[in-house]
Amino acid sequence: MNFEYSEEQQQLADSVRRYLANEYDFDKRKAIIGSASGISEAAWSSFAEMGLTAIAIAEADGGFGGGASDLMATMEACGEALVVEPLLDNIGLAGRLVTRGGSAAQRAALLPGLIDGSLRLAFAYLEPGARYALAPTKTVARAHAGGWLLDGEKSVVVGASVAGKLIVSARTGGQPGHGDGVSLLMVDRDAPGVSLNVYRTVDGLRAADVRFAGVKLGGDALLGAQGGAMPLIEEAVDFATALLCADAIGTMKNANDATLEYLKTRKQFGVPIGSFQVLQHRMVDMYIVCEQARSMAILAASRVDAGGDPLERQRVVSSAKVKIADAARQVSQESIQLHGGMGMSEEMKVSHNFRRLTMIAQRFGDADHHLQRYAALG
Amino acid sequence: MDLSYSTEELAFRDEVRAWLAGSLPQDIRDKVVGYQHLTRDDYIRWHKILAAKGWSVPHWPVDWGGTGWNITQRYIYDEEFGLAGAPGLPAFGPNMCASVLLRFGTPEQKNRFLPRIRNGDDFWVQGYSEPGAGSDLAAVKTRAERRGDHYLVNGQKIWTTLGQYGDWIFCLVRTDPGAEKRQEGISFLLIDMKTPGITVRPLILMDGGHEVNEVFFEDVKVPVENLVHEENRGWTVAKYLLGHERMGSARVGASRRELGALRQLASRQTKDGAPLIDDPRFRDRMSRVEIELTALELTAMRFLDKMRRTGQPPGADVSMLKIKGTEIQQALTELMMQAVGPDAQPFAAVAGSSVDAFASRLAPRYFNFRKTSIYAGSNEIQRNIIAKMTLGL
Repeated sequence: MNFEYSEEQQQLADSVRRYLANEYDFDKRKAIIGSASGISEAAWSSFAEMGLTAIAIAEADGGFGGGASDLMATMEACGEALVVEPLLDNIGLAGRLVTRGGSAAQRAALLPGLIDGSLRLAFAYLEPGARYALAPTKTVARAHAGGWLLDGEKSVVVGASVAGKLIVSARTGGQPGHGDGVSLLMVDRDAPGVSLNVYRTVDGLRAADVRFAGVKLGGDALLGAQGGAMPLIEEAVDFATALLCADAIGTMKNANDATLEYLKTRKQFGVPIGSFQVLQHRMVDMYIVCEQARSMAILAASRVDAGGDPLERQRVVSSAKVKIADAARQVSQESIQLHGGMGMSEEMKVSHNFRRLTMIAQRFGDADHHLQRYAALG
Repeated sequence: MDLSYSTEELAFRDEVRAWLAGSLPQDIRDKVVGYQHLTRDDYIRWHKILAAKGWSVPHWPVDWGGTGWNITQRYIYDEEFGLAGAPGLPAFGPNMCASVLLRFGTPEQKNRFLPRIRNGDDFWVQGYSEPGAGSDLAAVKTRAERRGDHYLVNGQKIWTTLGQYGDWIFCLVRTDPGAEKRQEGISFLLIDMKTPGITVRPLILMDGGHEVNEVFFEDVKVPVENLVHEENRGWTVAKYLLGHERMGSARVGASRRELGALRQLASRQTKDGAPLIDDPRFRDRMSRVEIELTALELTAMRFLDKMRRTGQPPGADVSMLKIKGTEIQQALTELMMQAVGPDAQPFAAVAGSSVDAFASRLAPRYFNFRKTSIYAGSNEIQRNIIAKMTLGL
């Protein structure tokens, strides 16, 4: 039994935290969100230099062969600073799909760029009106001239506008909504027939709805087994969910720290409001729920790293996400309430924590979604 | 990170598990898993079995009969009890009184009381709460006046758990009513319950059970050698005891067993022709409790890990184990009761009724467990502790 971060894990998180403290404060973050691309290329290069993009990539592919546990402390640091670059989407989703599902040629073509920061990827898998379903319905790839012809539409593809390539889940057979017949295809973001409708998410990320109209792809665009990509997709989304849980811990801790500081300094009726027992107990509950959520984030990371039975992995990740979603809701709502009117202000970081935690609670499935999956597996 | 027990720890767990399977009397286990109150004889019988094995006071120093187990082994031991449906020994003697004696007792006091506690010869109870002094212990009023070689004790204790079984009671008493601060002028006394002037009166709780009592003291003569630590320094003793060992309050093992029982019960019950466990509303509520329990278990293990690494007690944060542990226990008793639907209504087993005796105990069990968030420092007091000690509010 050992629940501590290893020295390497802690050192990496410390250097990321130092970097973010110097180069990614609240005002700089605001400028990044307001910029044309919505991300900082300098920050991205720094993340790559610090090795963040290499950790979870297999050693054979030039990475460190680490797992979610190795990224937990770092994701937590990113969560504290509300990093808006699509790190999770690259190292959690796209990188995971390529390093586990890609052919030798694909891994050699994509992963060096992903690791050194020169290539970003985005995973396009959600479809309009399908909520959190992972199996595509409307996006279809038909065999065509030794390759593929891709048609369909994806929604809320985080990081698509700053990605060089998209990994697209598409139906190459089977019935709509079913797991069989699902394939993954690599698509250049600028390929003819690909169009993006880019927008800002409520938590400051860049996402896009992506349309594919008769996009012509070569035979080598296929990533993983034809028609058999669902296990790969499910694993990657579980992996990313575990990272998102760690990210959430950082944001919750930041919200709690800010709220505690506010309780100690803000005075009403001549005394700090933190002297009021009704507020103390609410603060304590925020603290407890964050610790409980941290325990579940640790469990999720450990489970996805252990491999083994996919159903057991899904069950554990879902249990963690239920707890994280509930905790994110409680911490975010209470942090605003305890800040009073100040908490509503765009100028206060706690309101940005609120928006981020609200979206974290929903991303990859909300509490109801995961409670249902958990119950069905138990 | 490594979330699992080591090979040695797992072997230890298996050893405890196997021993419990072979040594826990079936009738006692039946009472525990069937939610029946244990008699004095049940407790003493079980205590003697543990003492014969050398396991009645694992946490004591080895010289006094402890096992020398580390913190993780002790935690595993407690959790295996919960899983097996073994009753924990009442904490008043082996844990509370013994901890105080080991820390503050004179050699004579240790030699006189500790072996008898270890062997289960004396049944100890706790005389802390009074009418008007619950979570606010410094408000105790029971008076102990020094009269030469003895104290004369007058007053009343309340909520004395298992007081009807008690041979001895350890009490906080006021020895100096004129002290400037309330915390000063309190002393810690050991009182033989057979002393003339002591009356124990049952307090029947809403579950119909007799578990707690009022204890009245009328001109009770207590020899001065029964004073622990210095006169008027009892608050130091009380505080020491409060900070002592609350890892056990998570009670993960017992709740895991309850959850298993709930699953079985809900699988047997039917709703609209299908097993209740397949009802999404019931299932969601059960799943949420299960997830909370998993989070609690991991949190308790994080504390254990930290204690082992730092050699330091976990501090105020263990209060969260008490809060979450009791919330989960209460939620489980509530779900058990709701699982049997209308069969929860008979207040006791009815001869010839279709309602089985077990179902009739589920509502009383739910009633009884409201105590868990009140006793041992109410959950609000636990929040005060975290607010002050951890958060600095």
